[in-house]
Amino acid sequence: MKLSERWLREWFDPGVDRAALAERLTLAGLEIDGMAPAGPPLPGVLVAEVRTTARHPDADTLSVCTVFDGQASHQVVCGAANVRPGLKTAFAPPGATIGDGRVLTETTIRGVGSRGMLCSMAELGLGDDAEGIVELPADARPGDALHAALVLDDAVLEINLTPNRGDCLSVLGIARDLAALHDHCVPSPNVPPVPPASDATVEVRLDAPASCASYAGRVITGLDPRARTPLWMAEKLRRSGVRCIHPLVDVTNFVMLELGQPMHAFDLAKLTAPVVVREAAAGESIVLLDGNALELESGSLLITDASGPVALAGIMGGASTAVSERTTAVFLESAYFDPIRLAGAARRYKLHTDASQRFERGVDPSGQARAVERATALILEICGGTPGPCVVTRVAAAERPPVRIAFHPAKVERLLGVTVDEPRIVAILRNLGMQVDDGRLPWQVDVPPCRFDITLEADLVEEVARVNGYEHIPVRLPLTAGRPASIDPASRRDSRTRGVLAARGYFEAITYSFIEPSLARAFEPGTESLALANPISSEMSLMRRSLWPGLVQAALHNRNRQVDDIRLFEIGMVFQGSGADLRQFDQLAGLRTGAARRQHWLENARDCDFFDIKQDVESVLQILGQDRVEFAPATHAALHPGQCAALVRDGRMLGHAGMLHPALGARLGFDKPLFLFEIVADVEGEAPVAQFQPISRFPAVRRDLAVVVDEAVRAADCLAVAREAAGALLRDLELFDVYRGQGIDSGKKSLALGLIFQALSSTLTDDEVEQAVRRVLTQLRERLGGTLRD
Amino acid sequence: MSDIEVIVEEAAAALAAAADLAALDELRVHYLGKKGRITALLKTLGSLPAEQRPAFGQAINDAKDRVSAQLDARREALEAARLEQRLQDERIDVTLPGRGDASGGLHPVSLVIERIESIFRHAGYDVARGPEIEDDYHNFEALNIPAHHPARAMHDTFYLADGRLLRTHTSPVQIRVMEHSAPPLRIIAPGRVYRCDYDQTHSPMFHQVEGLCIDEHVTMADLKGTLDVFLKTFFARDDLQIRYRPSYFPFTEPSMEVDIKLESRHGISNWLEVMGCGMVHPNVLLKVGIDSERYTGFAFGLGVERLTMLRHGISDLRLFYENDIQFLRQFA
Repeated sequence: MKLSERWLREWFDPGVDRAALAERLTLAGLEIDGMAPAGPPLPGVLVAEVRTTARHPDADTLSVCTVFDGQASHQVVCGAANVRPGLKTAFAPPGATIGDGRVLTETTIRGVGSRGMLCSMAELGLGDDAEGIVELPADARPGDALHAALVLDDAVLEINLTPNRGDCLSVLGIARDLAALHDHCVPSPNVPPVPPASDATVEVRLDAPASCASYAGRVITGLDPRARTPLWMAEKLRRSGVRCIHPLVDVTNFVMLELGQPMHAFDLAKLTAPVVVREAAAGESIVLLDGNALELESGSLLITDASGPVALAGIMGGASTAVSERTTAVFLESAYFDPIRLAGAARRYKLHTDASQRFERGVDPSGQARAVERATALILEICGGTPGPCVVTRVAAAERPPVRIAFHPAKVERLLGVTVDEPRIVAILRNLGMQVDDGRLPWQVDVPPCRFDITLEADLVEEVARVNGYEHIPVRLPLTAGRPASIDPASRRDSRTRGVLAARGYFEAITYSFIEPSLARAFEPGTESLALANPISSEMSLMRRSLWPGLVQAALHNRNRQVDDIRLFEIGMVFQGSGADLRQFDQLAGLRTGAARRQHWLENARDCDFFDIKQDVESVLQILGQDRVEFAPATHAALHPGQCAALVRDGRMLGHAGMLHPALGARLGFDKPLFLFEIVADVEGEAPVAQFQPISRFPAVRRDLAVVVDEAVRAADCLAVAREAAGALLRDLELFDVYRGQGIDSGKKSLALGLIFQALSSTLTDDEVEQAVRRVLTQLRERLGGTLRD
Repeated sequence: MSDIEVIVEEAAAALAAAADLAALDELRVHYLGKKGRITALLKTLGSLPAEQRPAFGQAINDAKDRVSAQLDARREALEAARLEQRLQDERIDVTLPGRGDASGGLHPVSLVIERIESIFRHAGYDVARGPEIEDDYHNFEALNIPAHHPARAMHDTFYLADGRLLRTHTSPVQIRVMEHSAPPLRIIAPGRVYRCDYDQTHSPMFHQVEGLCIDEHVTMADLKGTLDVFLKTFFARDDLQIRYRPSYFPFTEPSMEVDIKLESRHGISNWLEVMGCGMVHPNVLLKVGIDSERYTGFAFGLGVERLTMLRHGISDLRLFYENDIQFLRQFA
C-alpha cells in the first residue's frame, strides 16, 4: 500500500524524522518497503498568476499570456485550453527544471517570444494529468516555490502489509498503530453526521445476510456535473497511487484510503429501486466498470436493482450504473461484506481490486455509516447537492459478534521470555483501541471490531511484544534437556553417496520435479505420470517417475554450451502410482557421456562405456555397504537392449544401469553414447553393521586359469561356479581378461581367472591348492562346458 | 717388493679402473675367489718352512683384507654413481598435469543444507523428512490455514487432480512429527517445496529448512538465541547484525521475520530478510494434541536458495536449476 507521509502525520505526528518513523513502523510489523519523494524537486518552478491572455496571431490553439510571478510580469505562450486571467498556476521560467529534468530556456513560438512555460501536472512529473495547466487554489501566492505550494516535501511510503492486518489498509489504521508505538491513542474519528436536506432514499434489501449484514446508503441530488476534484485531494490520491477519475469516484476512493471503507457511487438516474444484495442465479452476467463482461457463477454475491446485476459486490461496480460527466444525482453505497465470501469471489474471477483487497482482509463492521457521512461532506463541498438521509440496512443476527478475550498477563512472560509491567501492558492494549478490564484475573479484553487478527490470548501477547519492541526480548539459548541428535540415515547415506560420486568426477544436479510429457513418455512409454492440475507450463506438467529425463535435459543444456564430457548425478524424490497407491521416494541417478577419463598427455583418449558407469555404481554400493547387488541382463525402454542391466538384490529390483537407447539418444540430439544409472536411494536400509573377519598372517598363493566357454556363458556364472568350487581357501577371485580370436574357436571366448588362495591358520601346501584348482576346472567343465585353454 | 705386494698393487690399480659392478665382480673372483690369485698364495704356504708360515700367512690375510676393503670401497662408489645416474635419468617435469579424473562436486544448495544440518545437529536437532506430495490437511488446515484463509493467497499452490498438492513449505513436516512424537521435540526438516510462480526472483521449486522446538518453558527469547547462534555460525561472523521484526504466519503467534545486514559486493549494506519464525500457534498445538498450557514451542523456516545466494554471491535464482557445469564446478 502507498501512503503519503504528510497525510499520515495529519492524523498522528510522532515528532520524529522520516527515517525514524519508517523504522518504527517496520519494527512494529508494518514494513516500509520503500520511500519515494512525492514529486521531483522542480527548482525554479513558481506559483504565478495569469494576468492577461490573447490569441496567438499565428496559431488558433495558442494563447499569448502575461504572467505575474510575484515580482514581474512575463510574456508566455501557452497551449492549454484552461488558461484564463486570474488563474493561479505553475510557471517554469527560463532556468527552471521541470518533471523530466528539462531546463527551460527562452524561446520563440511561431514568431512570439515566450519566457518559460505554464505547466500541467504531467509536465511537472506529478502523475499523468496532461489536460490543461495546473489550477492552484485562489489563495496561492505568486512567487512561492511550487514545490512548497504543492507541499511536495513529502514521501510516498510503500507499506508491505501482512494479510492479517486489514485494519491497516487506511491512513486511520496506520495512524492508530503509529500512535500506540509512541504511547498515544488515536481514537476513532468523530465524523459529524450531515443532516438530510431531502427525504430521497433508495430501498435496500439484504437477501444474503451471511455475506452482507450491513449496508449504508445515501442519495444526494442536485450535484454540479462540472465540478472538478480539488488539487489537494487529487494530490493525496496520486501519492496513494490512485488515479483521479471523476469527483464522485475520487471522493469514494479518498474515503476508502482515509478510513478503510470501500464505497461505490451509483448514478441514481440509471438505478431502478429496490437495490437487493443477493447471490447470483445461474446464467446471470454483468458488464463491469472496466468494460469486461463476466458470466457469473451462481452463488456470487451481487448488488442488483430492478434491471439485474449492477455490481459484483465488494469487487467492482457495473458499467450500466456508472457515474459520468452528466451525473447530477448519486446513490452512495458503503457496505460490509464477509471476508471469506469476498476472498473466494475475488480469486474465482481473478479480480483483485482495492476494494476486494480490503473486504477480504476485513473491513471495520462498525464503520459503514461513518464512511457515508464523511463522503457526503466531501461531495457537498466539491459538487454541492442535496443529501437525503443516511440509511443503514442491517440484519443484526448475522453481524459479526464482538470479540472478548480472557487474558492472563503472565502469558506475556511465558511466551516472550521477558517481563513487561502490567500497567505497560494495559497501556499498550488501550492505545490500540482495546477495552481492558484488569480488575481481576483473567483480565477481560474487548477487541475493536476492525481487528480481525485478534481472537486469542496469544494474539494479545503479540500486540504487547510488537508495540513494546521485539528488540526488548532477550537473546538466550533454550535450557531444554540435552540429548545428542540422532543419526539420520538418509542424511548419512546421501552425504556418502555424494562424496563418492563427486570423487569420481560427477557434479550434483538439482532438476525440477515436474517434467515435459513427451520426455516422460520417451523414457517410460505406456506408463501414467501424475499430472499437475495447474502447471506453470506444459513443459513442467508431469511429476517425474524417474530422475533420468531431468538429468538428460541438464546434459543437453551443457552439451549445447560445448561441454562434451559430462557426469551428473541427482538425489531426489520420484512419484509413481496415483491415488491411494501413490509412492514417493528418493532415487539416486547418474549420467555420463564423453571421455572415460580426463584427457591426459600420457594416455590415449577413450570414450566412456558401460563398464565405467558400472564401476561408478559399484563404488556407491560399496560405500553403502551393499555387496550383494547383482547386475542382471535386462531390458528397459529407454536403454540399449544389449547394454542394460537390472540391479537386483535378493530378488528385489533396485534399479537399472545401461546405455541410453541410441534411437532415443539421437532423437534428443546426442551424437555420443550416453550412460545412465538409477537406483532407489534407501538401499542402505537393510545393510547389516559390518562384522570383523580375521586376517590371515600366512602367505597367499595365486593361480591363473584361462577357461574357454561358449559366448553365451555369463562371466558372473563362471565366477560363481569357480567361487563355489574353490571352497573355503579361496580369498579373492578376479576376472582379468576376456579373449576372442586366434586360437579360440568362433562362438567361444576365453576368460582369464585369477584365484588367490590363503588359509587362516597355516601355510597352504601345493597339494591343497592343486586340489582346489582341479575342483574349479571340473565344475566349470561340468556345469558350464568350460575347458582349460591350451 | 714381495709377490704379495705386487699382487695387491696390481689389484688396486685394476679396481680403480673397474668401470662397473660386473667388472668389479670379475676382479673379486680374480683376486679373492677360490681360484683367485691371493687365494692361490695360501696354497704355497705348505711349501714354506714352518717358522715362516705364520708371518707369511699373516701377510696374505692382510693382503686379502686390503683388497677386500678396496673392493668394497669401489663398489660403494660405483653404486653411488649408478644411483646418481638413475636419479638423473628419472628426472621429470613435475609441473605436467596429473593423471586420472578431477573431482566433481556438490550442488551449492546441497552444500548449504549440509551446513545448516550440521549446525543444528550440534544443537541436538534431529533431521525429519516428509512427503513432497502433501494433503491439504498437513499443508494448510493443521497449520491454522483453513480454506479461504487470506494466507492461502500467499501460497501459489500446485494441485493434483485428486485434490492433493505439492507442499508449499516444509512446515507440514512439523505436523507429521508432532502427530507421531511427544515433546520435548527438536527437529529440522530440509526439503524441496513448490509454488506456482516463475520469474527472475521466483522459482516454481526451491528448498526450505523448517525447524521446530517444543518443550516446557520455551520462549521467544530462546528462539532469538537459537537463530542468533545459527546465523552467526552460518555466516561465520560473530559481529553479524541481526534484526527481529514482527510479521505474520498463520501457524505462529507471535511471529517474526529475521533480517541480517550484510555488505554486498558493492559495499552497500541493507537489511535482508532471511527467515520467518515465531511461537507455535496454540491452534496448531491443539490440532496435534499437544497441551499448550504445559508446552510452548517455536518454529522457524528459511529459504535455502536465499542463504546460498548470500553465502556465495549468486545473483540469479535460475542458475540453480540449469545445472550448468560451469556453474556447478565453482562450489566443489
